[in-house]
Amino acid sequence: MEDETSVVDPPGIRIQAAVRTDVVPEAERQAITIRNVQFYYGEKQVLFDIGMDVGENRVTALIGPSGCGKSTLLRCLNRMNDLIEGARLRGEVKVKDRDIYGPGVDVIGVRRRIGMVFQKSNPFPKSIYDNVVYGLRIAGQRDRRKLDEACEASLQRAALWDEAKDRLQESALSLSGGQQQRLCIARAIAVEPEILVMDEPSSALAPLAAVKIEELIYSLKERYTIVIVTHNLQQAARVSDKTAFFWLGRLVEYGLTPQMFTNPHEKLTEDYITGRFG
Amino acid sequence: MERHHFETELQALKNRLLNMGALVEERVHGAVQALMERSLEGSEAIARGDEEVNALQIEIDDRCLKLLALQQPMASDLRLITSAMKINADLERIGDQAVNIAENAIKMLSAPPLKPLIDVPRMADIAERMTRDSLDAFVRRDPALAREVLARDDEVDGLKDTIFRVLLTYMMADPGTIERALALILISRNLERIADHATNIAEDVIFLVEARDVRHHHEVTPAP
Repeated sequence: MEDETSVVDPPGIRIQAAVRTDVVPEAERQAITIRNVQFYYGEKQVLFDIGMDVGENRVTALIGPSGCGKSTLLRCLNRMNDLIEGARLRGEVKVKDRDIYGPGVDVIGVRRRIGMVFQKSNPFPKSIYDNVVYGLRIAGQRDRRKLDEACEASLQRAALWDEAKDRLQESALSLSGGQQQRLCIARAIAVEPEILVMDEPSSALAPLAAVKIEELIYSLKERYTIVIVTHNLQQAARVSDKTAFFWLGRLVEYGLTPQMFTNPHEKLTEDYITGRFG
Repeated sequence: MERHHFETELQALKNRLLNMGALVEERVHGAVQALMERSLEGSEAIARGDEEVNALQIEIDDRCLKLLALQQPMASDLRLITSAMKINADLERIGDQAVNIAENAIKMLSAPPLKPLIDVPRMADIAERMTRDSLDAFVRRDPALAREVLARDDEVDGLKDTIFRVLLTYMMADPGTIERALALILISRNLERIADHATNIAEDVIFLVEARDVRHHHEVTPAP
């Protein structure tokens, strides 16, 4: 009920409070929860007491100087480190409440749900079409129409369809660097992952191609959860919603990106971000 | 469009700045109207406070800070954001002057009108137009309009001096008029300050568009 004793409205415009689209709030759900992770290459421990949550449908950036453990942690998220002799993890990495290091876990399934994009794009020496549908064919999909649809949808979402649609049967190696990287993203998307992890996805690309990848990451987060390792602080600032700063194998600070880059809590973080070292 | 997200946020910043401009223009106009109509209610409404202006100022500065930190703007984008922060400050001060005019107007109501107000509303009209035109120049990126705003400041200063001379004669003739005359002199100063802030905005527009810093009557030609 209106307050009948309210003061007469002063003359003037009532300005609506604006919706702040420049500040993305914390995610309601966490796609990945990491608890008490210790990681070793043989006898050497390289990750210490890592604990963090990765928000669903957010872009989370892992930053830090060379050797700080960010790429190692990224590879823990889809068990790519299993391929390295002597590598082992203690602790818990849960994706949607299931520990991916638990007993009886299907590792191949993990790598389908958590797709990876590498710094150096690695298209197979096959046609563009065959690259995109490779994972689906391996999983047993033979229906040509379904493969065609998946190929188009994936290339659309990777912002490569317009450039590739008339040359699907051409070799993937005929694409430019930036296009090859978008192809690798399309290939990862085709098997319908929940999470995309990207290790320096645009550091090998020319500036304009790198910007396209950043815009793509921005649009992909509507469907996927994205974790990106980058040594480019400005890229982390432009593209991520939360940023985690690593130093000598430890997580030093983890916060919303606007706050990390305007007012971090830890001096170490501030020194790194302002380029005082690293 | 490259950097679609960044473009969207720049547009949002400009819109909020224009919201603020419209709001303070309305408040200045309301304060002067209440003065002319001798409306206690109107003056009190403006004098009651400008929380909305203050909230917008804080929001706009916050947006600018985040854009600087997160988007690494360069060249004209960078000049846009630093200009936006300065224009923000000038608009908030114009809003403060509106409150001051209203408070001074209230002081004049305790006794009958001193004289018909002619020069004060003329000053107000020029100051309001300067504010509006400087913001138009910002929106349209029009340095010619901005320079034209700068040229009008002399007329405002002239009117302030005229008002002072006229009211001085009233006060010397009759000390009973001093309270009302001083209130009017203060209002003319409030209006002169509003015009000054409008010229600041105009100077920022010239900097934004031409990368020329014309403050303090100093035209710096950018290095080739």
